[in-house]
Amino acid sequence: MGMTITEKILAKASGRESVRAGEIITAKVDLAMIQDALGPIVYKEFRELGVPVWDRDKVFPVIDHSCLPGSVENAVTISETVKFARDYDIPNFYNMQGVSHQIIVETGSVLPGQVAVGTDSHTCTYGAMGAFSTGIGSTEMCAVLATGKLWFKVPETIQVTVAGKLQKYVMSKDIILKLLSMIGANGATYQTLEFSGETIEDMSLESRFTICNMAIEAGAKNGIIKPDKKTYAYMQKQGTEIVDWNGLYSDADAVYVRKIKMDVSDLAPQVAVPFSPANGVDVTEVEGTKLDQIIIGACTNGRIEDIKTAAEIIQGHKIPHAFKCFIVPASNKVYTEAAKKGYLAALSEAGCIIVNPGCGGCGIQMPMAVGEKCLGTHNRNFRGRMGSPESTVFLASPATAAASALKGKITDPRKL
Amino acid sequence: MEKLEYKILTKLGDHIDTDVMTPGKYLTSYEPEYLGSICLCDLDPDFSKKMQQGGILIAGKNFGCGSSRETAPIALKAAGVKVVIAEEFARIFYRNALNIGLPCIICTDILENADVGDTLKLDLLKGDIENKTRGLLLKGTPIPEELLKQFQCGGLIPYLKKVLKEGEE
Repeated sequence: MGMTITEKILAKASGRESVRAGEIITAKVDLAMIQDALGPIVYKEFRELGVPVWDRDKVFPVIDHSCLPGSVENAVTISETVKFARDYDIPNFYNMQGVSHQIIVETGSVLPGQVAVGTDSHTCTYGAMGAFSTGIGSTEMCAVLATGKLWFKVPETIQVTVAGKLQKYVMSKDIILKLLSMIGANGATYQTLEFSGETIEDMSLESRFTICNMAIEAGAKNGIIKPDKKTYAYMQKQGTEIVDWNGLYSDADAVYVRKIKMDVSDLAPQVAVPFSPANGVDVTEVEGTKLDQIIIGACTNGRIEDIKTAAEIIQGHKIPHAFKCFIVPASNKVYTEAAKKGYLAALSEAGCIIVNPGCGGCGIQMPMAVGEKCLGTHNRNFRGRMGSPESTVFLASPATAAASALKGKITDPRKL
Repeated sequence: MEKLEYKILTKLGDHIDTDVMTPGKYLTSYEPEYLGSICLCDLDPDFSKKMQQGGILIAGKNFGCGSSRETAPIALKAAGVKVVIAEEFARIFYRNALNIGLPCIICTDILENADVGDTLKLDLLKGDIENKTRGLLLKGTPIPEELLKQFQCGGLIPYLKKVLKEGEE
């Protein structure tokens, strides 16, 4: 009997010929990312253990959450990351250079077939590179730093096959929001979401990152897309060493716990209404909802094609007065490219607020008052996540966000 | 340690996320006592007061979904939660909770058969739940065997210390 791509990666990482869903294995870790918000607990516990880091080159401390810190307390929190990187002489330390997940993928730090863990639930993003990648807590990261290994229960896999050509201004974000609304916020708990099909094959790596990024919103352990020509081209462009990924695909007779087929030819732009990312509805159902702010960015949708889409829609127009539209490039690299291509100037001229790369608005940086409404391209709209528990967040694609920014209310980008 | 008896002090619904357990905007300190004081405050301002005497929290599906922040189980434990019994747990939360020594029991029919005020007697190793108030026996999923050793040590870090020490000897 064959294996899924996830089973193959975990078999190799645990030194076994084959593994099956449900088995407990101990896997070698290839990459360990630690962000500044969960870092202090990791570092405190790790220092107490008094052992060296198992492999300095495989550890990636990143300051992205409290970026910019904006308070003394946050300045203290991030200083723990700086101290750790210095005391343990960690070469791959990124201090406010962008969102960790974007840095990991754009620097070629994660390769197809690897096992990556990170103290952030959206670590599942790297699955779009054909890696097994998942979020863990601080204490487990401490164990990884000491031993370079972690136990996993081999997950069952849900196969999601996507067919059809998306309409103009319908994006990969709309596909994942639609899937989440179909299977629910616990529709893939403990399981793998494996994406395939012609729509995925035709998609850029950037769009694929958006899909795998939100696998966790269905409770999935990991999201994964098999590496292909597009992955190869992405790595070649970065100058990353191309690894041999022969066999990195799911066998024809691999076992799936569930198979979902989606045809996205007629898919409407999706909007996830409060308070769950799985509350997606067609944009037409909430069109006209008045908003107070827009955020275009985050590890979900802060990449160059996202900013390009926003710039195309907003360029030459004016953002209404008394309305805020934040643009948060996912990294300095994205920022630089968006600046060179003139996107940032066009957005700024229109009245958008260009913010430094980082986790930015998807959390504590752009808090909202009681009753305010935000539409953002990020991945979570839980109660109180962005300020007052009486504020609300709607999630959508960069195209829907940009269209909505022009009108100050939820707008269908297809009607522009 | 494995056999416990407590009252249910809080009952919550489905999809309680870790953001609402320890909201990012209040994460100015990682001290357990502080985390306990802000725990779930946006959802229920009296939560830490209700849990003060120490007891059980019961909940529905997907408990602990969202962010991987370990402050969430730390806050619950510090607020006085001795055991969480839920119909279903989100994966990262479940591991985090057991790693810091907060027991979690999966019981698919807990909300139908127990409520705030009931006294439960628990066998963590077997997953048995006795609702003494109602005279009911419920079956939960016990802590996985592979986690038992670390759990009995008080969590992953004490276990790791032990293993590393044994390795040296």
